[in-house]
Amino acid sequence: MPSDSALRIVWIYPDLLSTYGDQGNVLVLEQRAQRRGIETETVYVRSADPVPETGDIYLIGGGEDRPQILAAARLRKDGGLHRAIARGAAMLAVCAGYQIMGSTFGGEEGQPVDGIGLLDIASSRGPSRAVGELVAEVDAELGLPTLTGFENHMGVTRLGPGVKALSRTSVGVGNGDGFEGCYAGHVVGTYLHGPALARNPALADLLLSWRAGDLAPLDDTRYEQLRRERLAAVRAN
Amino acid sequence: MTQLPLRALLASALGRSAATLSRMTGRGDGSVIGGRVGLMLEPDLLRQLARDRRLALVSATNGKTTTTRLITSALLELGEVATNAFGANMPAGHVSALSLHKDAPYGVLEVDEKYLPEVLDTTGAGVVCLMNLSRDQMDRAAEIWLLAQKWRRALSGKPTHVIANCDDPLVTWGASTAAKVTWVAGGQRWKEDSWCCPECGGPLDRKDADWACRECTFHRPEPQWVLDDDAVIDPRGQRWVLDIQLPGLANRSNAAMALAVGEAFGLSVERALPRLREVTSVAGRYTTVERDGRYARLLLAKNPAGWLEAFDVSDPQQPIILSVNAQGPDGRDTSWLWDVDYRILRGRPVFVTGERRLDLALRLDVAEVPFALCATFTEALAMQPPGRVDVIANYTAFQQIRSEFGRAV
Repeated sequence: MPSDSALRIVWIYPDLLSTYGDQGNVLVLEQRAQRRGIETETVYVRSADPVPETGDIYLIGGGEDRPQILAAARLRKDGGLHRAIARGAAMLAVCAGYQIMGSTFGGEEGQPVDGIGLLDIASSRGPSRAVGELVAEVDAELGLPTLTGFENHMGVTRLGPGVKALSRTSVGVGNGDGFEGCYAGHVVGTYLHGPALARNPALADLLLSWRAGDLAPLDDTRYEQLRRERLAAVRAN
Repeated sequence: MTQLPLRALLASALGRSAATLSRMTGRGDGSVIGGRVGLMLEPDLLRQLARDRRLALVSATNGKTTTTRLITSALLELGEVATNAFGANMPAGHVSALSLHKDAPYGVLEVDEKYLPEVLDTTGAGVVCLMNLSRDQMDRAAEIWLLAQKWRRALSGKPTHVIANCDDPLVTWGASTAAKVTWVAGGQRWKEDSWCCPECGGPLDRKDADWACRECTFHRPEPQWVLDDDAVIDPRGQRWVLDIQLPGLANRSNAAMALAVGEAFGLSVERALPRLREVTSVAGRYTTVERDGRYARLLLAKNPAGWLEAFDVSDPQQPIILSVNAQGPDGRDTSWLWDVDYRILRGRPVFVTGERRLDLALRLDVAEVPFALCATFTEALAMQPPGRVDVIANYTAFQQIRSEFGRAV
C-alpha cells in the first residue's frame, strides 16, 4: 500500500482518450519520481468513474472526435477535475485533452462543442491535418530546453489573455499561430501527443517539482540520446 | 471462366506483362504496378475481373495476410483460387491477383481496412471476413471508430454474408448492419480500444469473453463458432482440435475464422482443416533464417495488438532481438511503443536494433528491461550464442531482414 505521502498521478479516461501512446506520460512521471525515491500511486479513472479531487498530477490524452465529445461532457458533469485544479493540482493535457480544457472545440463535422473551461483557450477545426515532428522554444519563464515531439491533429487553438503560450514553434504547426501549447498556473496544454514527456523529461520534472519541490538530478543518457537524434533528424529535413 | 470484354482482356494482359517486367528487374513482386497499369487502361477492370466468381474479402487490423492464406488453402479443396498472397491489399493488388488467375472460380482477397467499402462495392463479393480492429499507424490510418462506421454503411443493404469476430466489440458493431452474419468467438487479446460502447459511448461491462453496454442494448451476439483454446467448436457443437503449424493463439483464431468462411463456401471442416494444417509460413512470417549456427525465427508486429500476439508466440527461454523502424509503411510516429507492455521481456537477453532503436531503448529503460543496443540486425545476430533466437520486427524492419536473407524465406 502506498503511504498517504505518495505522489498521486491521476490518468483521466484512458478508456476514451489514450489513442496515441498517452500511457507513456504516466510511465515517465512514475519512473522519474521513483528513481528519486519519491513514492507514487497511479489512479486510472475510467469514464464511468468519478474523478478524484486529491490527486497531485492529472494527465489527459488524445483521441478521436467522438470520445473527445463524450469526455468533455462527463468531465463537466463530474466536476472533480475542476475541484482538483482549484486545490492546486498540476495537469498535463494533450491534444484532444488539451482542446477540451478550453471554452470550445470542433466536433466530428467541425461544429463547436463546449469544453470544460479550465484554460482560457478556444479551439476549432483547421483546414488541414497537422502531422509530423514538432520543434519549439519554450517560454523563457519556464526555463526548459527545446520542446520536441510529434503532432497529429486538425485543431487550431486561440489563446486568451488568461494563459501564456508554452512555446514558439520553429518546426510544425502547434496552435496554428506560430505558438505551441499554453500554460496557466500548474496546468499545461500541448498538441505534442503520446509520450511527450519521454521526449521532454524537463517538462516531466517541471510537473513533478510543482508538487514534490526540488528534484535531484538523474542520469538522462537515454532521454538525451533520443532528443539529440530526433532534433538532428528534423533539422536535416 | 470470366468472359472479359476485349478492352479488359488487353488491360489485364498488359498489367501482367508489367508485373513480369517488374519482377525480372528485381523491383518487387510486381503485383502493385501490374494492377495499376491494368486499371489505367480499363478503370472498370476490377469489377469485370470479379464478375462470375465467388469472392471472399478479408479485412482487419491484424492477421489479414495470414487469414487470407488460410482461407485460400482451404478453398483450394474446391478448385482454383485467385489471391493477393503478398499483402498488396488495395485495388491495384486485387486486379493483379484476379488477372493472374483469370479462370479461377474462387477468389480470396486481403483488403486494407479503409478500402473495404470501395472494394466491396466494386466486386460485389459474396463473403466478407472481419477479424479485429485496433489502433495502428495513427499518423496515416483512419481512426478506427470511423472505419467501423464506414464498414456499417458499406454492408448495409447488400446481400453479403459476413463472418465476423464477435469477441471484438468494434468489429461486431461494424458488421452488424449486414443482412447475414455468422459470428465467430475468435477471442480478443488487446482490449485497450474497446472499453466503450461503439453504439452509444457508454462503458462496456465485460465478464470472461462476454460483453455488454451498461447504458444501451448493444451486446455480444451469440456465436455460432467458438475458438476454445486449441480447438474449434462448430455450429453443430462438434469440437475439432486445430493442430495447425502456425504458432500462437492469434493464428488459432485466424484458423477458426477460415473454417467459418470455408463453410460459407460449402466446404466442410473435415475437408478444410487438413488444408489449414499445411500452412507453415506466410510471406516470411514465422520463418526461421540461419547464419553461422544462429537460427532466428522472424515474427512481424506492426502495432500494440500485434506485439501482444508476437509475445504470445515467442519462446520465453530464448533471447530476443527487437527491431523498429518508422518509415512510411510503419507510420512515422513511434508513440505506439508506449502502448506495448514490454515488462514481459524482463529476465530474457534482449537486443535492440532498427532505425528507431533509440525510441525503443528509452521505452525499455522506463520499463526496467535491460537490453543491448546494436547498430544493425547482423550485429545483433552475431552477438547471439549459436542456437535459436526470436526476432520481432515491425513492417519495414521485417522486410529489411528478409531482403538480407533473400526474399525466398
